[in-house]
Amino acid sequence: MNSFLLGITVFIAVLTAISLYRVAVGKTIFDRIIAAGLVGTNGFIILVLIGFLFQRIEMFIDIAIAYALLNFVIVIVLGKYFDRGGERL
Amino acid sequence: MAGMVIAIVLMVAGVFFLTVSALGLLRFPDFYARTHAVGKSETLGSILVLSGLAVYNGLELSTVKILFILFFVLIANPTATHAIARAALRTGLQPWTRQKAEQKVKGIKQP
Repeated sequence: MNSFLLGITVFIAVLTAISLYRVAVGKTIFDRIIAAGLVGTNGFIILVLIGFLFQRIEMFIDIAIAYALLNFVIVIVLGKYFDRGGERL
Repeated sequence: MAGMVIAIVLMVAGVFFLTVSALGLLRFPDFYARTHAVGKSETLGSILVLSGLAVYNGLELSTVKILFILFFVLIANPTATHAIARAALRTGLQPWTRQKAEQKVKGIKQP
C-alpha cells in the first residue's frame, strides 16, 4: 500500500508539472489564473498523500486545510481584481 | 481488506480524472473550454482521491479533517472557476467557435 501511495504521489506531481506549461504560456491572464488554481489543488492533494507516506497525518492535514483555504481566496481575489479588465480596486 | 480494495479503486479513479483534467487544460482550444477541465474534472478527481484516503485511514479525527477538505473542495473549486469565467466574460473575451478557426486557417478576413 505504501508503494501504491508513493506511485500516486509521483504521478500527480508529474501532472502538476505539465500543468505549469499553461501557467507559463497561457494566451490570456485568465488561463494562467485557473491553471494556477489547478496547481494549488493538486498541491494540497500531494500534501495529504505525503502525510500518509511519512506517517505524520495530523500535521500535514492541517497544512493542507490552510492551503485549500488560501487557494480559494487567491483565485476569488484575482477574479475580483481582473473583473472588467483590472481597472477597478 | 475490503476497505483497502475500495480505497485503491477510488484513488485510481481519482487519478484518472486528474489526468483528464490536466490534459484538458493543456489541449482545449479556448479559455471557456478549459474552465470545464478545471471546474468539473479536477473537482471530481480530488474528491475521489480524498475519499479513497478517508476510507484507507479508518475512523479517526484526521478522517474528519479529510472529509472537511473534501466538502470544501466540492463547494470552493467550481465557485472559483465560475468567478474567473464571469470576470473573463465581463472583460470581453470572445468564446472560441469552429467557424472562426476555419476562417483563420483559410486566410479569410473576419467581418
